[in-house]
Parts: sequence; structure tokens; C-alpha cells
Amino acid sequence: MTAESRLVARPGLGLARTALAPIVLGVVVVLLWQWAVTALAIKPFILPGPFAIGEQFTTNIGNVLQGMAVTGWNSLVGLVVGSVIGIVAAIIAALIRVLDEIAAPIVAALAVVPIVALAPVLYTMFGAGAETARQIVAGLAVFVPVYFNTLRGLRQVRPVHRDLMRSYAASRWQATRTVTLPTALPFVFTGLRIASSLAVISALVAEYFGGPVGGLGRAITSSASSSNYGLAWAYVLGSIILGLLFYCAAIGLEKLVTRRPGG
Amino acid sequence: MRSQSTESESSATDAAALRATDAAGPRATDAAADDAVKNATSSGATDGHRAVDVQGVSRVFSGRKGASVTALDDVSLTVAPGEFVSLIGPSGCGKSTLLRLIADLDEPTAGQIQVFGKTARQARIDQAYGIAFQQAGLLPWRTVSGNIDLPLELHRVNKAARKARAAELLELVGLSDFAAHYPDQLSGGMQQRVAIARSLAESPSLLLMDEPFGALDEMTRERMQNELVRICGETGAAVVFVTHSIPEAVFLADRVVVMSPRPGRIRDILSVKLGDTGERGENLREEESFFHAVSQVRELLHGESPNSESPNSESPNGVRGVETR
Repeated sequence: MTAESRLVARPGLGLARTALAPIVLGVVVVLLWQWAVTALAIKPFILPGPFAIGEQFTTNIGNVLQGMAVTGWNSLVGLVVGSVIGIVAAIIAALIRVLDEIAAPIVAALAVVPIVALAPVLYTMFGAGAETARQIVAGLAVFVPVYFNTLRGLRQVRPVHRDLMRSYAASRWQATRTVTLPTALPFVFTGLRIASSLAVISALVAEYFGGPVGGLGRAITSSASSSNYGLAWAYVLGSIILGLLFYCAAIGLEKLVTRRPGG
Repeated sequence: MRSQSTESESSATDAAALRATDAAGPRATDAAADDAVKNATSSGATDGHRAVDVQGVSRVFSGRKGASVTALDDVSLTVAPGEFVSLIGPSGCGKSTLLRLIADLDEPTAGQIQVFGKTARQARIDQAYGIAFQQAGLLPWRTVSGNIDLPLELHRVNKAARKARAAELLELVGLSDFAAHYPDQLSGGMQQRVAIARSLAESPSLLLMDEPFGALDEMTRERMQNELVRICGETGAAVVFVTHSIPEAVFLADRVVVMSPRPGRIRDILSVKLGDTGERGENLREEESFFHAVSQVRELLHGESPNSESPNSESPNGVRGVETR
């Protein structure tokens, strides 16, 4: 409350700190980069200048956006499905101890599988023309952090709250709904925040291993192999923006859900 | 008061009963009003039963490698309806364990516990008691009134009745202006008052309190004690109150149960009853009888020969009672 009122009292300073400083830093870095590329005559296949990348980005904005849409959709499907399965599985594991013990080694194994390496196998399973394989890769990558964080969150119930629920003769489901889930919520969102960027990275890298053309990953490899380095970097820029979008959306959702109505 | 009130009306009926108790005078002497309160509660407490009846209860915690700790050893205790009983003793004497057993948050290794003539388990399921802990234990994501109506919500009381009851209880604990606040916006004392209001939500005939003021500063603590005396007078509930503060036990209780540790046993039970609820106020803390009872409890706690028959009030012991903590 006090922090808020301080921000309101001096909005200029808050804005300068949160927005202006990073922008200034970014501009300085870009200028230094451009200067280094020109002054040191760095070859474009090693590192193109930022202006060249920017130029490619603006001229090919349509293609970049299309690539972002394809990869973004795959990531979103993977994120939603993987999160839902992760949260539900964690709730079940928290409720039924035996299941948790059975699942622990399997989930641990899943966590160490280089999930993206599954892509070629999945392409043969679902056909090289379908996006399914990429969505599954994203979903698997999302599942692990969401599952572990949710499960951890579900174990954070304070003893005094547990006693209270018992004294109310609350049913298992009532206790889960009124105490366990709200206690776990911050942990779930930590998992989702990690998962949001993981989803984009996995869906994109999965494209390197084949499948239909159209996503950012395929665009990066094909532009690089045709020596169009500026364009390849423009697609990389597109993927950075996509990752940021997902991350910010996850934070936005967290703010929305944990916001106090009327508080 | 034995009207066939529907669930939604029950809180209003209770409130009427509470006021009736208040108007009728001191709670302990007015058994009729007590019964009215009891019958009005949803717990459906039966007449003629003790509020709490603990018979020969032991609780042994088995540790690793066969090592076991006897937290309670053959403890018997009864609490009459409307009676305020303090449990006092050094840490490890099993006073909290005894309270948890009565609340059926834990089960005795041996012995019987009855609450209003029912098993402790049945009493818990029937919501025969309200409980407050040392930690307020409020749900931080709920507003103050949301916390108070939590038990009502769990027991499917309709929304309008819940809202009315929460408002009523907030007024009782003097927090009407804070209904929409969140727990972390309140001081420790205010949070504890919310927890007490919550424990009263279903108008229980028995309140179980486990050092509810233990984490508060001395001034807040005394104010809360005064409020608790007032609230108990208004609700007519029996109270089992665990504390490690001698003045607190003496000030609040009709009877002080002094316990000793390893194994947890009842050393003695002291009738204090320093005046009826209405008369019990700030002045009591200055009175000779208060200091006298304090030193009696202290002597019992320190294992000196309990001599409650002929208290030597002329001796310097009375002076020692000045210590307030």
C-alpha cells in the first residue's frame, strides 16, 4: 500500500526507473554493436549489424508474424495441455500418497529426458505433416516444472490450518478447495512462469528436427542455410518477442488471479 | 427457546438467546439461560451433560526406536456447562495435548473423553465446540469477514445468514470497520480477535483456546482478556483455556487446573472464581483476592505443599503475587 502511494506521489521517477533506464541501456548496446560490426568489419555470417537485422525484420514482418503465429499456437497448445495435466496430476498425487510414490520415479525420469530429442520419433508417430509432435514436445516440457511446483505448493499447508479444517469436520475436497489449493497457488504460478518460456523454446527447437514448414524454427534454419543471415536473425528476434509475450502473459495471469478483489 | 428454527434462522435465534443470557444476569447462576443457549446451537447439546468429561486419559507418543514420551498420564477432568477452566503448567505438561484430545485433533492412548455426552469424535463432527489457537491461523487470501464465515460456509449456511452472523461477530469483537480488510493489514491482537470471532461463528457451547494470547504483548493481552470475559458473559459458553501465564489463568477462570510435566498430570485444581462476569473488570487485577489466588497457583506450580484450605494471606507470599507475568 505504501509502495503504491509512493509511486502515485512521484509517477515521473517511477516511470523513469522502470521504463526509461532499460530503454537507454538497450539503445546504447545496439549502437555499440552497430559500431563494432562496422568498425571491426565483422562478416555478416558471424554477426550482422543490428540495423541490417532490423531492416530484414521490417521488410519480412509478414513472414515473421506468420512464423510467430505457427510456433506460438504450438506453444500455447502445449502450455495449456501440459499445465492442466501437470496440475491435475499433482493434485491427485498430493491426495493419494501411494500414487505419488509410484509416480515419483517416472516423473523424475521424464524430467531428465531431453524432451526435444523425442521430436524425430514423434514426427514418425504422428506424421511429418502434422504439428502434433511439436505440441506434445512443448506439453511435455511444460508438464515437469508445473507438476513439481504444484506438488510442492500443495504440501505447504500450515499445521494450524490443517487442525482448523479437521475441527470443522471439513471433507477432504472442502479442505483441498478452501485451504490447500489457495496455499499452493503462488507455487503453481512459479511453475507456469518457468513453463511459459519453456513451451516456446521447446516448440521452436522441435521444428529443427523436421515437420511442416512455417514455424520460426524452420524459418531460422532455412534462412541460415541459404546464407541469409540477416533474415535468420530477424526470425530469432521474432522468437525472442514470442517468448517474452508468453512470459508476460503468465505474469499477467498471475496478477489477475492473485489480485484481491476490492483490496 | 426450543423452537423448531430452520438453519437460516438459527443464528438469529442464538443471538436472541445470547442477549437473554446477558439480561438474565451472571451466567453461572442462571442455568435456564445456559440451557437456552445450548439448545439454540446447531450442535444440539443435550441437557444434563457435562460440557467436557475426561476420564483416566493417557496419551503416549511413540518415538523412533521404541522411545516413547508420556504426554498425559491418567488425567481426569470435568467442565460444567458455562464454566471457564484454565489449564496451566510448564511446557511439556501436556496441557495443549489435553486440549487437542478434547477437540479430537488427536486421540488418547487410553481413557474416555466425552463432550456434551458424546464422544469427542462425534462432538467434533457435530461442531459442538469452537477453537482458537496461539497462531490466529487466518486464511490470508480471505477478508476478515470471509475468515469469520469460513466455518459457516463449510457447513453450507446460506449467504445472507452468513453475512449477518459475520457482521454480528465483528461487532462483538469490535472490528466492524475492518470487515473488508485482509489479515496481513491487521495487528496481531486484531488478528487474534478475528480468530476468536471465527471460533464463535456457530455459537458453540464450548470454546477451546490454546494460548490464544500467547504471542501478544502484555497490554494487548490484558485488553483481550477483558474482552474475552465480556464475550464469555454474552455467549454463556464453557471455556477450556490453555495458558502459561498465572495472572491470565486466575483472572479469566472459575477454576484453574495446575498441571505438572513428565509425565503430564493434574497436580491440583483451584477454585478461584473472583466474581461474576459482570463484575470482573480492570479493578480485579488490583484486588487482594487476585494476588492471593496468583500466589496460590504459583505455589502449586512450584511444587510447594498446596494449602488451599487455610491460605496464609498475612505472610509475605502475598507480595510475591505482584509480579504480573
